[in-house]
Amino acid sequence: MTEAPETIIPQRYPFSDPVRLDLDPRYARLRREQPLTRVRMPFGEPAWLATRHADVRTVLGDPRFSRAASVGRDEPRNTPRRMQAGILEMDPPEHTRLRRLVAKAFTARRVEQLRPRTRQVADELVDGMLAAGPPADLVEHLATPLPIRVICDLLGVPVTDQDRFHTWSEAIVSTTSLTGEQAQQYVDNLLAYMGELIARRHEEPTDDLLGAMVRARDADDRLDAEEVVRLAAGLLAAGHETTVSQIPNFVYVLLTRPEEWARLRADPQLVPNAVEELMRFVPLGASSAFARYALEDVELGGVLVRAGEPVVVSIPSANRDETVFVEPDRLDLTRQSNPHLGFGHGVHHCVGAQLARMELQVVLETLIDRTPGLRLAVPESALTWKSGLLVRGPVALPVAW
Amino acid sequence: MSGVEQMWRVHVDPTRCIGSGICAGIAPGHFVLVGGLSRPVAERVAPDDALLDAAESCPMEAVVVSEGDGLRRIAPEP
Repeated sequence: MTEAPETIIPQRYPFSDPVRLDLDPRYARLRREQPLTRVRMPFGEPAWLATRHADVRTVLGDPRFSRAASVGRDEPRNTPRRMQAGILEMDPPEHTRLRRLVAKAFTARRVEQLRPRTRQVADELVDGMLAAGPPADLVEHLATPLPIRVICDLLGVPVTDQDRFHTWSEAIVSTTSLTGEQAQQYVDNLLAYMGELIARRHEEPTDDLLGAMVRARDADDRLDAEEVVRLAAGLLAAGHETTVSQIPNFVYVLLTRPEEWARLRADPQLVPNAVEELMRFVPLGASSAFARYALEDVELGGVLVRAGEPVVVSIPSANRDETVFVEPDRLDLTRQSNPHLGFGHGVHHCVGAQLARMELQVVLETLIDRTPGLRLAVPESALTWKSGLLVRGPVALPVAW
Repeated sequence: MSGVEQMWRVHVDPTRCIGSGICAGIAPGHFVLVGGLSRPVAERVAPDDALLDAAESCPMEAVVVSEGDGLRRIAPEP
Protein backbone atom coordinates (compact mmCIF):
# COMPACT_ATOMS: atom_id res chain seq x y z
CA MET A 1 0.00 0.00 0.00
CA THR A 2 2.92 2.39 0.64
CA GLU A 3 6.66 2.44 0.32
CA ALA A 4 8.53 0.15 2.67
CA PRO A 5 9.77 2.22 5.61
CA GLU A 6 13.44 1.42 4.97
CA THR A 7 13.26 3.28 1.64
CA ILE A 8 12.03 6.52 3.24
CA ILE A 9 14.63 8.89 4.69
CA PRO A 10 13.42 9.69 8.22
CA GLN A 11 13.25 13.29 9.40
CA ARG A 12 15.19 14.36 12.44
CA TYR A 13 12.88 14.48 15.47
CA PRO A 14 11.99 16.58 17.39
CA PHE A 15 11.74 18.81 14.31
CA SER A 16 13.06 21.85 16.17
CA ASP A 17 14.11 23.07 19.59
CA PRO A 18 11.10 24.19 21.65
CA VAL A 19 10.36 27.93 21.51
CA ARG A 20 8.21 29.13 24.41
CA LEU A 21 4.96 27.17 24.10
CA ASP A 22 4.78 27.39 20.31
CA LEU A 23 4.00 24.28 18.32
CA ASP A 24 6.10 23.59 15.22
CA PRO A 25 3.92 24.28 12.11
CA ARG A 26 5.13 21.00 10.58
CA TYR A 27 2.63 19.10 12.74
CA ALA A 28 -0.37 20.74 11.05
CA ARG A 29 1.02 19.82 7.63
CA LEU A 30 1.74 16.24 8.69
CA ARG A 31 -1.78 15.79 10.11
CA ARG A 32 -3.13 16.85 6.70
CA GLU A 33 -0.67 15.17 4.38
CA GLN A 34 1.25 12.41 6.13
CA PRO A 35 -0.28 11.49 9.47
CA LEU A 36 2.24 8.70 9.99
CA THR A 37 5.73 9.74 9.04
CA ARG A 38 9.22 8.31 9.48
CA VAL A 39 11.41 10.03 12.07
CA ARG A 40 14.77 9.52 13.69
CA MET A 41 15.17 10.65 17.27
CA PRO A 42 18.62 11.67 18.62
CA PHE A 43 19.30 8.04 19.63
CA GLY A 44 17.89 4.62 18.79
CA GLU A 45 16.26 3.08 15.75
CA PRO A 46 14.02 5.03 13.33
CA ALA A 47 10.32 5.14 14.19
CA TRP A 48 6.92 6.11 12.92
CA LEU A 49 5.52 9.37 14.31
CA ALA A 50 1.72 9.63 14.73
CA THR A 51 0.28 13.16 14.69
CA ARG A 52 -3.52 12.74 14.37
CA HIS A 53 -5.80 12.45 17.40
CA ALA A 54 -7.37 9.15 16.29
CA ASP A 55 -4.02 7.52 15.49
CA VAL A 56 -2.36 8.74 18.68
CA ARG A 57 -5.26 7.31 20.66
CA THR A 58 -4.91 3.97 18.87
CA VAL A 59 -1.17 3.75 19.51
CA LEU A 60 -1.61 4.58 23.20
CA GLY A 61 -4.79 2.57 23.79
CA ASP A 62 -4.80 -0.46 21.50
CA PRO A 63 -3.22 -3.59 23.01
CA ARG A 64 -1.66 -4.38 19.62
CA PHE A 65 0.87 -1.68 20.60
CA SER A 66 3.19 -2.63 23.45
CA ARG A 67 5.61 -0.95 25.82
CA ALA A 68 6.96 -4.28 27.12
CA ALA A 69 8.22 -5.08 23.61
CA SER A 70 10.58 -2.09 23.84
CA VAL A 71 12.75 -3.97 26.33
CA GLY A 72 15.93 -5.16 24.65
CA ARG A 73 15.33 -2.98 21.59
CA ASP A 74 17.32 0.07 20.50
CA GLU A 75 14.37 2.22 21.52
CA PRO A 76 14.01 5.66 19.88
CA ARG A 77 14.95 8.12 22.61
CA ASN A 78 16.41 11.49 23.60
CA THR A 79 19.28 10.23 25.74
CA PRO A 80 22.33 8.15 24.80
CA ARG A 81 21.49 5.49 27.35
CA ARG A 82 18.17 3.75 27.60
CA MET A 83 16.82 4.26 31.13
CA GLN A 84 14.84 1.53 32.84
CA ALA A 85 11.28 2.79 32.77
CA GLY A 86 9.70 0.52 35.42
CA ILE A 87 5.93 0.47 35.10
CA LEU A 88 6.24 2.37 31.81
CA GLU A 89 7.84 -0.63 30.16
CA MET A 90 5.13 -3.10 31.15
CA ASP A 91 1.90 -4.26 29.53
CA PRO A 92 -1.16 -5.75 31.24
CA PRO A 93 -1.42 -7.93 33.26
CA GLU A 94 2.01 -7.20 34.88
CA HIS A 95 1.38 -3.49 34.52
CA THR A 96 -2.08 -3.78 36.06
CA ARG A 97 -0.82 -5.61 39.13
CA LEU A 98 1.65 -2.84 39.90
CA ARG A 99 -0.64 0.04 38.97
CA ARG A 100 -3.46 -1.27 41.17
CA LEU A 101 -1.12 -0.78 44.14
CA VAL A 102 -1.42 2.98 43.78
CA ALA A 103 -4.45 3.64 41.55
CA LYS A 104 -6.81 3.71 44.55
CA ALA A 105 -4.96 6.65 46.09
CA PHE A 106 -5.50 8.75 42.97
CA THR A 107 -9.22 8.27 42.26
CA ALA A 108 -11.33 11.41 41.88
CA ARG A 109 -13.02 10.59 45.18
CA ARG A 110 -9.77 10.31 47.14
CA VAL A 111 -8.29 13.38 45.49
CA GLU A 112 -11.33 15.45 46.53
CA GLN A 113 -10.42 14.72 50.14
CA LEU A 114 -7.07 16.43 49.56
CA ARG A 115 -8.63 19.61 48.15
CA PRO A 116 -9.16 21.55 51.43
CA ARG A 117 -5.58 20.91 52.54
CA THR A 118 -4.27 21.86 49.09
CA ARG A 119 -6.23 25.14 49.27
CA GLN A 120 -4.65 25.86 52.62
CA VAL A 121 -1.15 25.18 51.29
CA ALA A 122 -1.81 27.39 48.23
CA ASP A 123 -3.01 30.20 50.50
CA GLU A 124 0.09 29.98 52.70
CA LEU A 125 2.36 29.99 49.66
CA VAL A 126 0.59 33.02 48.18
CA ASP A 127 1.04 34.78 51.54
CA GLY A 128 4.75 34.18 51.13
CA MET A 129 4.74 35.43 47.55
CA LEU A 130 2.88 38.62 48.54
CA ALA A 131 5.36 39.24 51.34
CA ALA A 132 8.30 38.82 48.96
CA GLY A 133 7.16 41.28 46.29
CA PRO A 134 6.05 42.69 44.02
CA PRO A 135 7.71 41.53 41.92
CA ALA A 136 8.05 37.89 42.96
CA ASP A 137 8.79 34.68 41.09
CA LEU A 138 5.66 32.53 40.85
CA VAL A 139 7.75 29.46 39.98
CA GLU A 140 9.76 29.71 43.20
CA HIS A 141 6.95 30.77 45.52
CA LEU A 142 3.99 28.74 44.28
CA ALA A 143 4.44 26.46 41.26
CA THR A 144 7.37 24.47 42.66
CA PRO A 145 6.51 24.09 46.36
CA LEU A 146 2.79 23.31 45.97
CA PRO A 147 2.96 20.04 43.97
CA ILE A 148 5.98 18.93 46.02
CA ARG A 149 4.15 19.37 49.33
CA VAL A 150 1.04 17.63 48.02
CA ILE A 151 2.87 14.56 46.66
CA CYS A 152 5.08 14.36 49.78
CA ASP A 153 2.01 14.45 52.07
CA LEU A 154 0.28 11.82 50.00
CA LEU A 155 3.24 9.43 49.81
CA GLY A 156 4.52 10.11 53.31
CA VAL A 157 7.88 11.52 52.24
CA PRO A 158 9.36 14.15 54.59
CA VAL A 159 9.08 17.48 52.77
CA THR A 160 12.24 18.58 54.62
CA ASP A 161 14.25 16.24 52.34
CA GLN A 162 13.01 18.05 49.24
CA ASP A 163 16.29 19.78 48.45
CA ARG A 164 17.81 16.39 47.80
CA PHE A 165 15.10 14.64 45.83
CA HIS A 166 14.13 17.73 43.85
CA THR A 167 17.57 17.66 42.24
CA TRP A 168 17.38 13.92 41.58
CA SER A 169 13.88 14.14 40.05
CA GLU A 170 15.21 16.03 37.07
CA ALA A 171 16.73 12.77 35.83
CA ILE A 172 13.34 11.42 34.72
CA VAL A 173 12.63 14.37 32.39
CA SER A 174 16.16 15.20 31.31
CA THR A 175 17.09 14.95 27.63
CA THR A 176 20.38 16.88 27.42
CA SER A 177 20.36 18.86 30.70
CA LEU A 178 22.27 16.07 32.47
CA THR A 179 25.02 13.75 31.27
CA GLY A 180 24.16 10.05 31.13
CA GLU A 181 26.32 9.42 34.21
CA GLN A 182 24.64 12.23 36.17
CA ALA A 183 21.16 11.04 35.22
CA GLN A 184 21.97 7.47 36.26
CA GLN A 185 23.49 8.70 39.52
CA TYR A 186 20.37 10.77 40.30
CA VAL A 187 18.07 7.84 39.57
CA ASP A 188 20.20 5.59 41.80
CA ASN A 189 20.09 8.19 44.58
CA LEU A 190 16.32 8.47 44.28
CA LEU A 191 15.91 4.67 44.39
CA ALA A 192 18.22 4.33 47.39
CA TYR A 193 16.37 7.10 49.23
CA MET A 194 12.97 5.59 48.52
CA GLY A 195 14.19 2.10 49.37
CA GLU A 196 15.21 3.38 52.80
CA LEU A 197 11.82 5.03 53.45
CA ILE A 198 10.04 1.85 52.42
CA ALA A 199 12.29 -0.40 54.51
CA ARG A 200 11.53 1.75 57.56
CA ARG A 201 7.82 1.13 57.04
CA HIS A 202 8.28 -2.59 57.57
CA GLU A 203 9.28 -1.69 61.16
CA GLU A 204 6.88 1.20 61.67
CA PRO A 205 3.69 0.92 59.59
CA THR A 206 2.12 4.20 58.43
CA ASP A 207 -1.21 5.30 56.98
CA ASP A 208 0.28 7.10 53.99
CA LEU A 209 0.57 5.72 50.45
CA LEU A 210 4.06 4.30 51.01
CA GLY A 211 2.68 2.43 54.02
CA ALA A 212 -0.21 1.10 51.94
CA MET A 213 2.18 -0.01 49.20
CA VAL A 214 4.30 -1.89 51.71
CA ARG A 215 1.23 -3.65 53.14
CA ALA A 216 -0.03 -4.57 49.66
CA ARG A 217 3.38 -5.89 48.69
CA ASP A 218 3.55 -8.03 51.85
CA ALA A 219 0.12 -9.46 51.05
CA ASP A 220 0.97 -10.33 47.43
CA ASP A 221 4.29 -12.03 46.82
CA ARG A 222 3.87 -11.69 43.05
CA LEU A 223 4.93 -8.07 43.50
CA ASP A 224 8.61 -7.50 43.08
CA ALA A 225 10.09 -5.41 45.92
CA GLU A 226 12.41 -3.50 43.62
CA GLU A 227 9.53 -2.62 41.30
CA VAL A 228 7.59 -1.22 44.24
CA VAL A 229 10.54 1.03 45.15
CA ARG A 230 10.87 2.09 41.52
CA LEU A 231 7.17 2.88 41.32
CA ALA A 232 7.25 4.99 44.49
CA ALA A 233 10.31 6.88 43.24
CA GLY A 234 8.57 7.42 39.91
CA LEU A 235 5.51 8.89 41.63
CA LEU A 236 7.64 11.28 43.66
CA ALA A 237 9.61 12.42 40.64
CA ALA A 238 6.61 12.64 38.30
CA GLY A 239 4.73 14.57 40.96
CA HIS A 240 7.49 17.17 40.74
CA GLU A 241 8.35 17.62 37.15
CA THR A 242 4.98 17.90 35.47
CA THR A 243 2.61 20.07 37.52
CA VAL A 244 5.57 22.22 38.56
CA SER A 245 5.91 23.17 34.88
CA GLN A 246 2.22 23.27 34.00
CA ILE A 247 1.34 25.83 36.70
CA PRO A 248 3.60 28.56 35.29
CA ASN A 249 2.71 27.51 31.74
CA PHE A 250 -0.99 28.04 32.47
CA VAL A 251 -0.38 31.37 34.23
CA TYR A 252 1.89 32.51 31.38
CA VAL A 253 -0.78 31.69 28.76
CA LEU A 254 -3.44 33.56 30.74
CA LEU A 255 -1.33 36.63 31.55
CA THR A 256 -0.19 37.02 27.95
CA ARG A 257 -3.90 37.01 26.98
CA PRO A 258 -5.27 39.54 29.48
CA GLU A 259 -8.81 39.25 28.10
CA GLU A 260 -8.82 35.53 28.98
CA TRP A 261 -7.51 36.22 32.49
CA ALA A 262 -10.25 38.88 32.88
CA ARG A 263 -12.88 36.42 31.70
CA LEU A 264 -11.76 33.82 34.23
CA ARG A 265 -11.61 36.41 37.00
CA ALA A 266 -15.16 37.50 36.18
CA ASP A 267 -16.41 33.91 36.25
CA PRO A 268 -14.36 31.63 38.52
CA GLN A 269 -16.92 28.85 37.90
CA LEU A 270 -15.12 28.47 34.57
CA VAL A 271 -11.91 27.26 36.25
CA PRO A 272 -12.44 23.47 35.84
CA ASN A 273 -13.30 23.97 32.17
CA ALA A 274 -10.35 26.34 31.75
CA VAL A 275 -7.98 23.74 33.20
CA GLU A 276 -9.11 21.19 30.59
CA GLU A 277 -8.66 23.74 27.80
CA LEU A 278 -5.22 24.73 29.05
CA MET A 279 -4.24 21.04 29.26
CA ARG A 280 -5.20 20.77 25.59
CA PHE A 281 -3.67 24.06 24.48
CA VAL A 282 -0.30 23.95 26.27
CA PRO A 283 2.18 21.62 24.53
CA LEU A 284 3.89 20.46 27.72
CA GLY A 285 6.02 17.87 25.96
CA ALA A 286 9.13 19.15 24.18
CA SER A 287 9.78 15.75 22.59
CA SER A 288 8.32 12.27 22.48
CA ALA A 289 9.28 9.29 24.59
CA PHE A 290 8.13 5.77 25.39
CA ALA A 291 7.70 4.38 21.88
CA ARG A 292 5.06 1.70 21.45
CA TYR A 293 6.04 -1.41 19.47
CA ALA A 294 3.53 -3.05 17.14
CA LEU A 295 2.90 -6.68 18.14
CA GLU A 296 1.33 -7.44 14.75
CA ASP A 297 0.90 -5.65 11.42
CA VAL A 298 -1.48 -2.70 11.93
CA GLU A 299 -2.89 -0.36 9.30
CA LEU A 300 -2.69 3.13 10.69
CA GLY A 301 -2.88 6.59 9.19
CA GLY A 302 -2.66 5.25 5.65
CA VAL A 303 0.44 3.11 6.18
CA LEU A 304 1.16 -0.41 7.29
CA VAL A 305 3.00 -0.47 10.60
CA ARG A 306 4.67 -3.85 10.60
CA ALA A 307 5.04 -6.12 13.60
CA GLY A 308 8.12 -5.11 15.58
CA GLU A 309 8.23 -1.49 14.41
CA PRO A 310 8.17 1.33 16.99
CA VAL A 311 5.73 4.25 16.90
CA VAL A 312 6.10 7.50 18.84
CA VAL A 313 3.22 9.96 19.21
CA SER A 314 2.88 13.71 19.45
CA ILE A 315 0.25 14.53 22.07
CA PRO A 316 0.54 18.31 21.42
CA SER A 317 -0.24 17.63 17.76
CA ALA A 318 -3.20 15.38 18.59
CA ASN A 319 -4.55 18.14 20.81
CA ARG A 320 -4.59 20.53 17.84
CA ASP A 321 -6.32 18.11 15.44
CA GLU A 322 -8.79 20.20 13.44
CA THR A 323 -11.03 17.19 12.79
CA VAL A 324 -11.66 16.88 16.54
CA PHE A 325 -11.41 20.43 17.94
CA VAL A 326 -13.17 23.51 16.56
CA GLU A 327 -10.58 26.26 15.93
CA PRO A 328 -7.84 24.18 17.58
CA ASP A 329 -5.23 26.95 17.69
CA ARG A 330 -7.54 29.25 19.65
CA LEU A 331 -7.61 29.18 23.45
CA ASP A 332 -11.31 28.88 24.32
CA LEU A 333 -11.86 28.61 28.07
CA THR A 334 -15.53 27.81 27.47
CA ARG A 335 -14.83 24.95 25.02
CA GLN A 336 -17.40 22.22 25.57
CA SER A 337 -16.30 19.14 23.63
CA ASN A 338 -12.68 18.64 24.68
CA PRO A 339 -11.38 15.05 24.47
CA HIS A 340 -7.75 16.21 24.84
CA LEU A 341 -4.95 13.72 25.38
CA GLY A 342 -3.00 15.92 27.79
CA PHE A 343 -2.83 13.10 30.33
CA GLY A 344 -2.21 10.43 27.71
CA HIS A 345 -4.54 7.55 26.94
CA GLY A 346 -4.89 3.83 27.62
CA VAL A 347 -3.35 1.79 30.41
CA HIS A 348 -0.50 4.28 30.94
CA HIS A 349 -2.92 7.25 31.23
CA CYS A 350 -1.40 9.52 33.90
CA VAL A 351 -2.17 7.96 37.28
CA GLY A 352 -1.95 11.41 38.88
CA ALA A 353 -4.36 13.08 36.43
CA GLN A 354 -7.10 13.78 38.96
CA LEU A 355 -4.55 15.10 41.45
CA ALA A 356 -2.97 17.37 38.84
CA ARG A 357 -6.41 18.67 37.80
CA MET A 358 -7.27 19.47 41.39
CA GLU A 359 -3.94 21.24 42.02
CA LEU A 360 -4.25 23.28 38.82
CA GLN A 361 -7.81 24.26 39.71
CA VAL A 362 -6.82 25.27 43.23
CA VAL A 363 -3.91 27.37 41.96
CA LEU A 364 -6.05 29.30 39.47
CA GLU A 365 -8.86 29.80 42.02
CA THR A 366 -6.40 31.02 44.64
CA LEU A 367 -4.73 33.46 42.25
CA ILE A 368 -8.11 34.83 41.10
CA ASP A 369 -9.11 35.30 44.72
CA ARG A 370 -5.87 36.68 46.14
CA THR A 371 -4.21 38.47 43.20
CA PRO A 372 -6.92 39.53 40.72
CA GLY A 373 -4.55 42.17 39.29
CA LEU A 374 -1.88 39.56 38.52
CA ARG A 375 0.39 40.48 35.59
CA LEU A 376 3.86 39.71 34.23
CA ALA A 377 6.48 41.90 35.91
CA VAL A 378 8.86 41.70 32.94
CA PRO A 379 8.32 41.90 29.18
CA GLU A 380 7.38 38.51 27.72
CA SER A 381 10.60 38.55 25.69
CA ALA A 382 12.66 38.67 28.90
CA LEU A 383 11.42 35.27 30.12
CA THR A 384 13.82 32.35 29.86
CA TRP A 385 12.59 28.85 29.21
CA LYS A 386 13.84 25.48 30.40
CA SER A 387 15.87 23.49 27.90
CA GLY A 388 17.25 19.99 27.69
CA LEU A 389 14.13 18.54 29.30
CA LEU A 390 11.15 16.49 28.11
CA VAL A 391 8.85 19.21 29.45
CA ARG A 392 8.54 22.90 28.66
CA GLY A 393 8.17 25.68 31.19
CA PRO A 394 9.58 29.09 32.12
CA VAL A 395 12.64 28.98 34.39
CA ALA A 396 11.11 31.83 36.39
CA LEU A 397 7.86 33.76 36.08
CA PRO A 398 8.24 37.20 37.69
CA VAL A 399 4.78 38.59 38.47
CA ALA A 400 3.28 41.68 40.04
CA TRP A 401 -0.28 42.29 41.35
CA MET B 1 -26.91 -24.53 38.82
CA SER B 2 -28.46 -22.09 36.44
CA GLY B 3 -26.22 -19.70 34.53
CA VAL B 4 -27.62 -16.51 36.03
CA GLU B 5 -25.78 -16.69 39.38
CA GLN B 6 -22.50 -17.35 37.66
CA MET B 7 -22.74 -14.30 35.45
CA TRP B 8 -21.42 -10.87 36.31
CA ARG B 9 -23.00 -7.57 35.34
CA VAL B 10 -20.74 -4.79 33.98
CA HIS B 11 -21.79 -1.17 33.95
CA VAL B 12 -19.95 2.02 32.90
CA ASP B 13 -21.47 5.18 34.31
CA PRO B 14 -21.45 7.57 31.32
CA THR B 15 -21.73 10.61 33.61
CA ARG B 16 -18.46 9.68 35.33
CA CYS B 17 -16.45 8.19 32.42
CA ILE B 18 -13.67 10.47 31.11
CA GLY B 19 -12.64 8.16 28.26
CA SER B 20 -9.15 7.53 29.65
CA GLY B 21 -9.06 4.19 27.81
CA ILE B 22 -7.63 2.43 30.87
CA CYS B 23 -10.42 -0.20 31.09
CA ALA B 24 -10.31 -0.90 27.36
CA GLY B 25 -6.55 -1.45 27.62
CA ILE B 26 -6.77 -3.73 30.65
CA ALA B 27 -9.75 -5.77 29.45
CA PRO B 28 -9.85 -5.24 25.68
CA GLY B 29 -12.52 -7.83 25.01
CA HIS B 30 -14.88 -6.27 27.51
CA PHE B 31 -14.84 -2.52 26.84
CA VAL B 32 -14.97 -0.42 23.72
CA LEU B 33 -14.71 3.35 23.30
CA VAL B 34 -17.72 4.83 21.53
CA GLY B 35 -17.76 8.56 20.90
CA GLY B 36 -14.81 8.95 23.27
CA LEU B 37 -16.48 7.16 26.20
CA SER B 38 -16.19 3.57 27.37
CA ARG B 39 -19.02 1.10 27.02
CA PRO B 40 -19.15 -2.58 28.05
CA VAL B 41 -19.16 -4.91 25.05
CA ALA B 42 -21.73 -7.06 26.88
CA GLU B 43 -23.59 -6.22 30.05
CA ARG B 44 -23.73 -9.79 31.35
CA VAL B 45 -20.52 -11.75 31.14
CA ALA B 46 -18.77 -14.77 32.60
CA PRO B 47 -16.51 -13.88 35.55
CA ASP B 48 -13.09 -12.64 34.48
CA ASP B 49 -10.40 -11.14 36.74
CA ALA B 50 -9.57 -8.56 34.06
CA LEU B 51 -12.97 -6.98 34.80
CA LEU B 52 -12.03 -6.53 38.46
CA ASP B 53 -8.71 -4.99 37.39
CA ALA B 54 -10.56 -2.58 35.10
CA ALA B 55 -13.01 -1.54 37.82
CA GLU B 56 -10.24 -1.11 40.42
CA SER B 57 -8.08 0.89 38.01
CA CYS B 58 -10.67 3.42 36.81
CA PRO B 59 -9.74 6.82 38.27
CA MET B 60 -13.40 7.89 38.17
CA GLU B 61 -14.74 4.61 39.63
CA ALA B 62 -17.06 4.65 36.63
CA VAL B 63 -16.69 0.89 35.97
CA VAL B 64 -18.84 -1.19 38.30
CA VAL B 65 -18.92 -4.99 38.36
CA SER B 66 -21.74 -6.65 40.28
CA GLU B 67 -23.30 -10.07 40.69
CA GLY B 68 -25.64 -11.23 37.94
CA ASP B 69 -28.74 -10.03 39.74
CA GLY B 70 -27.11 -6.60 40.00
CA LEU B 71 -27.55 -6.42 43.76
CA ARG B 72 -24.11 -7.01 45.25
CA ARG B 73 -21.21 -4.94 44.04
CA ILE B 74 -18.03 -6.94 43.45
CA ALA B 75 -15.73 -4.09 42.32
CA PRO B 76 -14.49 -1.48 42.88
CA GLU B 77 -13.96 -1.96 46.59
CA PRO B 78 -15.24 0.99 48.59
